[in-house]
Amino acid sequence: MQQIIDFFIRNKNFLLFALLFVIALQRTRSAHSFHQTRYFGSTHAISGAFLNWKASLTNYLDLMEQNELLAQENKTLRAQLLNPINTLGKGSVSEPYHFDHVALHSAKVINNNFHKTKNQLTLDQGRLDGITLDMGVLSPQGVIGIVTHVSDHYALVQSILNTQSRIVAKFQKSQHFGTLVWEGRDPGAMQLLEIPKIAPIAIGDTLVTDGRSTIFPEGLPIGRVVALTQETSNDYYTITVAPFTDMTSIKHVYTVQRNDALEILTLEQTGEDGTN
Amino acid sequence: MGQTNWLSELGRFFLVLLLQVLLLNHIRLFGYINPYFYIYFIILYPLTGNRTLLILLSFLLGFGVDLFSDTGGVHAAAAVFIGWARPLFLKFSFGVSYQYNTIKVPSAPLQQQLIYVVSIVFTHHLLLFSLEAFASRHWALILSNTLSSSLFTSVLIMGAFYLFSTKNK
Repeated sequence: MQQIIDFFIRNKNFLLFALLFVIALQRTRSAHSFHQTRYFGSTHAISGAFLNWKASLTNYLDLMEQNELLAQENKTLRAQLLNPINTLGKGSVSEPYHFDHVALHSAKVINNNFHKTKNQLTLDQGRLDGITLDMGVLSPQGVIGIVTHVSDHYALVQSILNTQSRIVAKFQKSQHFGTLVWEGRDPGAMQLLEIPKIAPIAIGDTLVTDGRSTIFPEGLPIGRVVALTQETSNDYYTITVAPFTDMTSIKHVYTVQRNDALEILTLEQTGEDGTN
Repeated sequence: MGQTNWLSELGRFFLVLLLQVLLLNHIRLFGYINPYFYIYFIILYPLTGNRTLLILLSFLLGFGVDLFSDTGGVHAAAAVFIGWARPLFLKFSFGVSYQYNTIKVPSAPLQQQLIYVVSIVFTHHLLLFSLEAFASRHWALILSNTLSSSLFTSVLIMGAFYLFSTKNK
């Protein structure tokens, strides 16, 4: 017995280190797993309140720029109101959003990162404000991510600049669709996969959300093709996409929820169960 | 450790934590290079101080940084590792007798100082970026992030040595 106690006392530093290291790894692992219910990070009440306070101090620094962005969005929306015939049906950026099917909330970003490989944003709205998991998040310019964690007053968003993000995107003019991923480093370059070489596409083409996923309604702007190469080894394009949103400066965002998402998912579920 | 010493360590702990989460996390030199200056605390912790306490404080420091940058436990893991392995780095840089000499890191010869700081910073950053990417296929990114951030952090720490040690001379 004495020997066991001696062993613990002699190795107490290593044992303490090993214990703390394992705790840290465990936290890393659970932060990487999607849809974690118990999460302790920037959405926690204390750190969330701290970040909120910090955002309220630094918000003044780029008011001009943020106002400009919101004014531009207003201009686009007004143009759509005044020219309904021009914008409807033509398949431009402003395809009709079915507002009875989509619930919108506005929120402010209180923490934002874009220099890591797994980037996330924290919003100042949470469960009590009606934010739920799997809501899509938009900036005035386009899609920026998906809600992955919610606490009472804050929500965490997995940015499109996250190596784990996979967003289904389609070309606005043709109906070809592929998966949009990010491989790290450059906040202005994402990769669009699975577009076959027979697709008639060109640099400058606009990418929008595809209604197939139940997260985003169809037709929300995502980004523009900036580079296009053809590999000789396979039948797919290598496409680089620049998101419309400047991910390094986001303040005001909207969360969207498709009210028909539950119905679609339930239907698909019953279909799968039925075939079993 | 006397009372005042203990207080100044505690003060430094919170100072580097606040500096890191409020200011340094937002530097993004060239778009992606960030310094992780908070390990300055671990580097400067008294050489004769309690080791168990250092391991615990390193963990708490890393945990604090994690909390504000939504990185799970990567900072906590990297920080507790260098907190635990610090005697190895000291032995490697200042020789076996570092415990018996009253060496002060900020006033040691430049060469030994550099070896000590750069080796600790590099180890910490390599572990940090590897855990953060969580997949070995990003190895090129991990390595380039580690090298560029290590350079930045080391320069800041060496700068801080000279900034705060001029008073003693």
